[in-house]
Amino acid sequence: MASITFENVGKNYEDVSVIKSLNLEIQDKEFMVLVGPSGCGKSTTLRMIAGLEEITDGKLYIGDRVVNNIHPKDRDVAMVFQSYALYPHMSVFENIAFGLRLRKMPKDEIDRLVNEAAETLGLTPLLDRKPKALSGGQRQRVALGRAIVRKPSVFLFDEPLSNLDAELRVHMRAEIANLQKRLGITSVYVTHDQVEAMTMGDRIAVLHDGNLRQVGTPLDLYDTPQNVFVAQFIGTPNMNILTFKVSDDGSELVHPDLTFKTPAEWKDGIIERKGKNVVVGIRPEHIASSDEQDWTNTAPLKGKVEIIETLGHEVVVHIKMPNEEKKILAKMDVHKVPKVGEEVALEVNVDRLHVFDAETTNRL
Amino acid sequence: MKIQIASPSHYITDLRYPWSKHLTQWPPELFVEVARGIHRNVVRFVSHNNQVYALKELMTPVARKEYKLLRELQELGLPVVEAVGLVTNRDEDVAEARARFDLVGEPVDMANRGLLVTHYLDGALPYRIIIQQGISAEQLSQMLDALAELLVRLHLSGFYWGDCSLSNTLFRRDAGLMAAYLVDAETGEMRDKLSEGRREYDLELAETNIGGELMDLEAAGTLPKGQDPIDLAQALVERYSKLWAELTQDEVFDPEDQYLMEQRIRRLNDLGFDVEEMEITTVDNGQRVRMVPRVVEHWHHRRRLNSLTGLQVQENQARRLLNDLSRYKAHLSEVDGRDIPEPVAAYRWLSEVFNPTIEPIPADMKGKLDDAEIFHEILEHRWYLSEASGKDVGQKAAIDSYINTVLKRRQAGDVEIDTDPFVSSQK
Repeated sequence: MASITFENVGKNYEDVSVIKSLNLEIQDKEFMVLVGPSGCGKSTTLRMIAGLEEITDGKLYIGDRVVNNIHPKDRDVAMVFQSYALYPHMSVFENIAFGLRLRKMPKDEIDRLVNEAAETLGLTPLLDRKPKALSGGQRQRVALGRAIVRKPSVFLFDEPLSNLDAELRVHMRAEIANLQKRLGITSVYVTHDQVEAMTMGDRIAVLHDGNLRQVGTPLDLYDTPQNVFVAQFIGTPNMNILTFKVSDDGSELVHPDLTFKTPAEWKDGIIERKGKNVVVGIRPEHIASSDEQDWTNTAPLKGKVEIIETLGHEVVVHIKMPNEEKKILAKMDVHKVPKVGEEVALEVNVDRLHVFDAETTNRL
Repeated sequence: MKIQIASPSHYITDLRYPWSKHLTQWPPELFVEVARGIHRNVVRFVSHNNQVYALKELMTPVARKEYKLLRELQELGLPVVEAVGLVTNRDEDVAEARARFDLVGEPVDMANRGLLVTHYLDGALPYRIIIQQGISAEQLSQMLDALAELLVRLHLSGFYWGDCSLSNTLFRRDAGLMAAYLVDAETGEMRDKLSEGRREYDLELAETNIGGELMDLEAAGTLPKGQDPIDLAQALVERYSKLWAELTQDEVFDPEDQYLMEQRIRRLNDLGFDVEEMEITTVDNGQRVRMVPRVVEHWHHRRRLNSLTGLQVQENQARRLLNDLSRYKAHLSEVDGRDIPEPVAAYRWLSEVFNPTIEPIPADMKGKLDDAEIFHEILEHRWYLSEASGKDVGQKAAIDSYINTVLKRRQAGDVEIDTDPFVSSQK
């Protein structure tokens, strides 16, 4: 069993706190993605698991063993893709086996482990080939073979795809995610790319300024972000964030350009904030032309189209509302795009809105 | 498109190059062939104003990070390739520039692609070339020594390599020994101080990479006979650990044994390191003292020679030249019948020994060798000639013989300097 548990773990560099009392449990066999902007502490968190960073406070467990003072070699973890150069004169078998040979493992054992890894990766028919006779994808699989042949308890991936072309990156995302499922080895994957996080992880931990802002499944994060940071970080394009005033009786939320009735499930939180401001999040995909949607609970919105960004099958329209400084973004069908400068009448799907406290920025 | 240039001596901003295209699409006639290692990224070489540059295709954030790190390491005086430029925003329209060329291969999406430009390290060779040309066990050992020392220097400076390997290093002759240069810092990180975990993991990666690389040479049949890749990789770890311990371990001794402190400092200096600060604390109720040296990586001999003579050379060359300078100082003191101050001896050694040794060497015969290396080779040559004749042949005879035998044979192609990368050493 290789669960990973952070219990009030902190990391300081001199006076600077880069991880603040982190509590996180990664379950056995889980694929956990750590995501966040540059400097959020995600790589530091991964490296604490690897033993490359010393832990200042708290306890870190791998399985039921506290590993704070355990040497990296003795943690039974494997960093994947530290180097993916293959050795040209060695066969696929030798390229996978060389790490075991260095550990002076008996030959029979090496044969068994390499054959097993090759089977898992679909490389068995290629074991005698040299790297130059392999396709790009096959080479990447051989590189993966080097990591899995050791049979570690935990895989750690530190932005492994950051230097790959878009096409190979998409291919390798799927390859890694599938392999992890087949092997059932606990994996922690660091990326700054929320699309990568959303497509790969069983669960995602969002970090910001050394704090864990939310952990959950990709759908949890998308549907119920627990704070404005997560709401804006997850989803492309970013969620629109607007400030609304709660009416004096709490029945409506009012913005100079958009007003809607308080949804029933918000009532408790809104009643406490009568006459005060709240922050409302609207995903661009929940704004549509009045005649192009079949939502049951909508609120009207008007504005002028300022910019149109084409993203293949869909477009993102930047709209200026009469009284709001910020432009709002709406995702629209590529075949039904208004023109720049056009005044448009839109509807907002009220059932899919998100509301946050104006001061704490936490979800109500 | 944006081109950042780091060094005013390398203006590789020629807009005639199709910068906006992936290197695999550039016409082959733009490239030059040089000795090169195995790269996991696309790397090509171009010649511009008599200089050779390596161009490396990377995603922009990775290229930017490596460019910054290489510059930082260079500023610290560490042995790394010189980063001279960074090309970004290559997907912006530069139609005019690329229209001049007949591009080859498949178009590549250039969004977020960067290009790192480094100055090709003249006279430095990748390990594969050196080993494939034939190398003795002793010379292989010198290469591993050089790499272990490079890793120690980097670690002392707070640099985590993350992919230390023979492939990511170039080797250059250095007064009969080898000097190692970092050429790939893609996975590196700079810290104020390296954690023990990082340092040990870096060493573990080095062992794995070097073991794999040597096994590959074994598979190619180019590893010297009788050499075991696993033993060699482990030997690197041992060398590193020994050097690291010598440089960083604390020592406890009796207060009256002050000479032990001086001995330690001398040992560190001999290894080429300076002691920036010495921390002394009392232990055992004041009965004994603990000494913790704070070692800095700066090349001790190189800096000392530079301060005495103004010569800019590599560490082992400096060590060799300083030995010759000491010998000359002793000779001058004996002749004058009084002790000669070091700065005076240094001035006279430069004008009476070093310069007169180098001046007769025709510029076109020097090849890739710098003056310090030539001086070292002449000293070696003199030693061999003197051994053979049973008496010291003197500097002038050694210089003449060196020009007429060693350099002429090399110039005629009888002995290629690159096929004989190590000059025999009396060491």
